[in-house]
Amino acid sequence: MIWVNVLIQGILVGGFYALFACGLSLMFGVMKVINLAHGDVAVVAGYTAVFLAPQLHIAEVWSFVVVVPIFAVAGYVIQRTLIQKSIDRDPFTTLLVTFGLSVVIENLLLEIYSANGQSVNIGSLIGDSIHVSNVIYISYISLTVLITAIVVLGALQLFLSKTGTGRLIRAVADDREAAQLSGANYRHIFGIAAAIAFATVALAGIAYGMMTEIAPTSGGINLLYAFESVVIGGIGSLWGTLVGGVLLGIAQQVGAQINPEYQVLAGNLLFLIILGVRPHGLFGKKTAFS
Amino acid sequence: MTSGAESSVSTHESLFEVRDLSVFHGQLCAVDHVSFSVGRGEVLAMIGANGAGKSTLLRTIAGLHEAANGTIVFGGSDVSTLAPHRRVALGISLVPEGRRLFSTMTLEENLQVGAHFAKKGPFSIDKIYQLFEWMPDRRRQRVGLFSGGEQQAVAIGRALVTNPQLLLLDELSLGLAPIVIERIYALIPEIVSQGVGVLLVEQDVTQAMAVADRVHCLLEGKTSLVGTPAQLTPQQIERAYFGSDLSGTSPHGGAA
Repeated sequence: MIWVNVLIQGILVGGFYALFACGLSLMFGVMKVINLAHGDVAVVAGYTAVFLAPQLHIAEVWSFVVVVPIFAVAGYVIQRTLIQKSIDRDPFTTLLVTFGLSVVIENLLLEIYSANGQSVNIGSLIGDSIHVSNVIYISYISLTVLITAIVVLGALQLFLSKTGTGRLIRAVADDREAAQLSGANYRHIFGIAAAIAFATVALAGIAYGMMTEIAPTSGGINLLYAFESVVIGGIGSLWGTLVGGVLLGIAQQVGAQINPEYQVLAGNLLFLIILGVRPHGLFGKKTAFS
Repeated sequence: MTSGAESSVSTHESLFEVRDLSVFHGQLCAVDHVSFSVGRGEVLAMIGANGAGKSTLLRTIAGLHEAANGTIVFGGSDVSTLAPHRRVALGISLVPEGRRLFSTMTLEENLQVGAHFAKKGPFSIDKIYQLFEWMPDRRRQRVGLFSGGEQQAVAIGRALVTNPQLLLLDELSLGLAPIVIERIYALIPEIVSQGVGVLLVEQDVTQAMAVADRVHCLLEGKTSLVGTPAQLTPQQIERAYFGSDLSGTSPHGGAA
């Protein structure tokens, strides 16, 4: 029964990792940009939820209704300005610029809000859980986040495969120049992809703030887990990212069950094994989002 | 120029004109002060050896390369500083060398991407399915697995559904069997009959001469010969193509 619980908790946390990671995967697949500030964007979203919701007199639980659209717009603007400018120079510049952005965000948050952790207040929901057996509890919030992750990934997959704009995103990911020759403004398409990435990671940041505490430096470790989820699942496959997140979560829970100190180590080991055995990930393809 | 200047002037209603265009690849001058025009419903073939600057010329017209000098006039205005997608919106469409299909997408999806920003015009996806009768049955298949000739047909279809007024065709015959090339070239009269101007780049001179109203030969980026297929002798073309005689004086005289 202990191991069933390990499995369940792994799946629950894996859903969160996938939600956190899908934007990272999308940005890399479409514009070949590894956004090193991805985790920090999530942290800012969490802080925005905590500090903006009271100002607007809305419950913090519902803050995502306001915060997610704000981050979608911010994603579009940052892509069209800062990130596009660095893409125009060379790929290495995008790493430097997003790393710089990450440092700036972290230090600004430390300066303004101190190093204290913040939580998105969801009232009694935080403690409520489904009591399956003496050793298995499924917390409502973790389950909600897992379901949200599945819904978001499913919606994103549908959007990419069925809509005209989604098709353009895949076309630009396939061959940017050919997409331009078909009349697509690839910079605008990049902007849309970034808007989706920022919106999903904002949702993940708020979810993180609901499940635990966010601090200005929380971005880094979550970026690492997101990165591992993407690589395990395979770059350019959204369902792969979900599977990658879940496998990472299970590995971490198994490690923690053996010895709490092994939690992160077990995840990293799985990541290294996959990288060694299947460098393009479990569901990876040579080209993205096919 | 060896042949008469009058043959460089289009007899068709004016559509598109390049004036004094130069393009550089770093230090190398790939296109050197080239001028020509294409009229509505006219086919101009740009011939020349490998590295003569033909593809660079087409890519510059489509907006993928920047021009160092000169103007590209389309529909009465200079388009030489516009982004590629804006030129598509005006009615310039390039079928690039190597087809460049969206290889992870289906045939229909490739056409849908082309049709997404399409202007009103004669070429709908259904019209493409009429032109290529094998397409409807295979529209849900990924184009990555198609043969070279099939991929070329999809690339032409994807360009046509944008409803261009000027269609740029880059090395249609590359890597294709003669019978397939013939079949693809047989489409050009149908396209031209809709009033579309066609500028095609081709290494296969025989094929180009058969379909073109006028021929423009490039040699190391410079214009080496201009004329109509009827006017030009094989000797003239050979000289202009390979550059064995660059003085411009032809012992065989002008028109054939």
